[in-house]
Amino acid sequence: MGLVNQIKYLTLYKIIGTAVISRQTRKSLRHYRLPRGWREDILAPPLRIGAYTQQMIAKHYLEGRYVNGVKPVAWVTSGAPIEILKALGYYILYPENHGALCGARKVAQEISEEAERDGYSIDICSYARTDIGTALSGKTPVGKLPKPDLLLCCTNICQTVLYWYRVLADYYEVPLIVIDTPFVYEEANDHDIKYVKRQLESSIEVSEGIAGRSLNFKRLKEVVRASKDAADLWLQCLKANRRKPAPISVFDQFIHMAPIVEKRGDPETVDFYARMLAEINRRVENGVGAVKHERKRVLWDNLPIWYRIRFLSESLAEHGVAVVASTYTNAWGELAPLMDVERPVESMAKTYTYPILNRGTGHKLRTMESMIKAYSLNGAILHSDRSCKPYSIGQMDQRLKLLNERGIPALLLEADHNDPRAFAGEQAVSRLKAFVEMMEA
Amino acid sequence: MKVLKSLGIDAGSTTLKIVGLDEERQIVFSIVEEPDPKIEEQVDALLREIGTRYDTASAKVVATGYGSNLLRADEKITEISCHARGIYEYFKTGGTAVDIGGQDNKVMLISENGKVIDFMMNDKCASGTGRFLENTAWRLKIPIEKMADLALKSDGEVPISSTCAVFAESEVISQLSRGHKLAHVIKGLHRAMVKRIGGMIYAIGIRPPLMLSGGVAKNRMVVQMIEEETGETVLLPEDPQIIGAYGAAVLGL
Ligand code: SF4
Repeated sequence: MGLVNQIKYLTLYKIIGTAVISRQTRKSLRHYRLPRGWREDILAPPLRIGAYTQQMIAKHYLEGRYVNGVKPVAWVTSGAPIEILKALGYYILYPENHGALCGARKVAQEISEEAERDGYSIDICSYARTDIGTALSGKTPVGKLPKPDLLLCCTNICQTVLYWYRVLADYYEVPLIVIDTPFVYEEANDHDIKYVKRQLESSIEVSEGIAGRSLNFKRLKEVVRASKDAADLWLQCLKANRRKPAPISVFDQFIHMAPIVEKRGDPETVDFYARMLAEINRRVENGVGAVKHERKRVLWDNLPIWYRIRFLSESLAEHGVAVVASTYTNAWGELAPLMDVERPVESMAKTYTYPILNRGTGHKLRTMESMIKAYSLNGAILHSDRSCKPYSIGQMDQRLKLLNERGIPALLLEADHNDPRAFAGEQAVSRLKAFVEMMEA
Repeated sequence: MKVLKSLGIDAGSTTLKIVGLDEERQIVFSIVEEPDPKIEEQVDALLREIGTRYDTASAKVVATGYGSNLLRADEKITEISCHARGIYEYFKTGGTAVDIGGQDNKVMLISENGKVIDFMMNDKCASGTGRFLENTAWRLKIPIEKMADLALKSDGEVPISSTCAVFAESEVISQLSRGHKLAHVIKGLHRAMVKRIGGMIYAIGIRPPLMLSGGVAKNRMVVQMIEEETGETVLLPEDPQIIGAYGAAVLGL
């Protein structure tokens, strides 16, 4: 069995698959064509780097198809400290990213209905429903997902993941590592960081046991270095939007953030973002804006509405509105400075305790305020995400504070990151238009 | 023939409104009709008819409301901007404007110089809108215009706790079958609706004066209860239903 898997992995993924995907990338780079129906009148063409984004995602999921029995497989939450697993040679799957992919390909509803049929409530996070739906039905747009040998759940984004991963542990009958990160109201206490560090240390043994090898600290440092460098480059890509016009939109960021989440710690991810930054800098030099006639610049708070990215991008660009910065995409870059290659485990403990979702609502408000200033924004769109409670809590007050204390018009847009049933297109468009009219009056 | 300078069309979910203005910004006529499924043909016919009575050669046409996508107009502006402008033009003051329509409610904060500072609309749910009363009226076979009279004359009130328009309807039926008086139940239904509207007003933060518009603002029970609920005196235009179309027409000048 092991040998058969190895051969399949080698031939179908390493040799044939990789070659086919790379050829496709070269072809699409040589014969660059705008996506069908692209609104050239209002939007700059998509970034060229997109060909590589697609390549990385395609390779990642293709590897996943043949990886069982070849590499140990871990399923992890989006904010999980994966560096130890990376250093141990794990193949890492992010169910949330897979969920987003299902959302963007407009199959998330069908898949989450599989979970709902099994009794999971429609009020549960739509990523969780999509993931459990895939587990139950095998449905996925990427062919097949590898089965996990290990689950790693970090509660630094929400508590939903805890219950979700317990369901997975039960279903797949595999060990579950929980990294419990105490909530940070203002600053984390030393003992909080120590507590997380101890959990990381004790996770090593379990992860080693499954991988069948011991952790090499030199390798771990390399992974941390690659994570830090990629996150740092990602942040620079985002910061380029301080310029007017903004070279990329937040909708572009949503698409090109896949590698910083699911390929963090790989050297190729560092190269990818270096290349992306170079392309963005060229846009800046040539004065190219993502939105052709940028008149207003706004902030996006909360997750993307995956199944309506292009629609929203066009609806706003039509009125000259560029969505320039977002607390969500920023979350994968803002912690880069906390990573310390020389003290990998300790700095990981700190880095992974500090994500925006593990901090108070006041912190989020301050983050929004400082982004509004740094990116010279005229307004904010707060996506009130029906099934992501931790990100949406506090938005009512944050909205009023932005408006009343900072004079920044802010719109609460009701939707859901992955469930199109919670999105009323007609209403959303009229809200957005009224919001634009209000900013312009 | 009188010269029209601008025509405002508000193609709402339950009614179609058209207002014509002359160069003195005065309302020359207004029309309120039920919308046909083929609203574009209905509007075309109405505009043709208006063209026989007035000189519309130089009139700018501004459309608003959900049906406006289907209409030909010189400009399309959202209901928020149109209602806010309509109410501001009418009362010449900033404050909080509340529009209670057939299927959606809007609350708008208007600055002293007539700009929209903030707004809120019901997104996913028609609770607290005209539909809330309409459903029950229809079910009980009471003409909708009679609902307010019944409630105003009532000497008691039965609380209706459902905020969902569909569940409220069944709650009404079950309260009636428990022997409660029709008038008491209808008054309770008005209260439930107004509480819901109050929730929206509070969420945005009230800035006096409170100004009402929309078809439901013609219901005197609703107006009285909004005053009770908020403790504010309500300013009510003579014909609250045409404010959106009026605002659209003003924006066309
Ligand atoms: S509830 Fe929100 S933070 Fe938690 S997994 Fe779902 S989308 Fe992510």
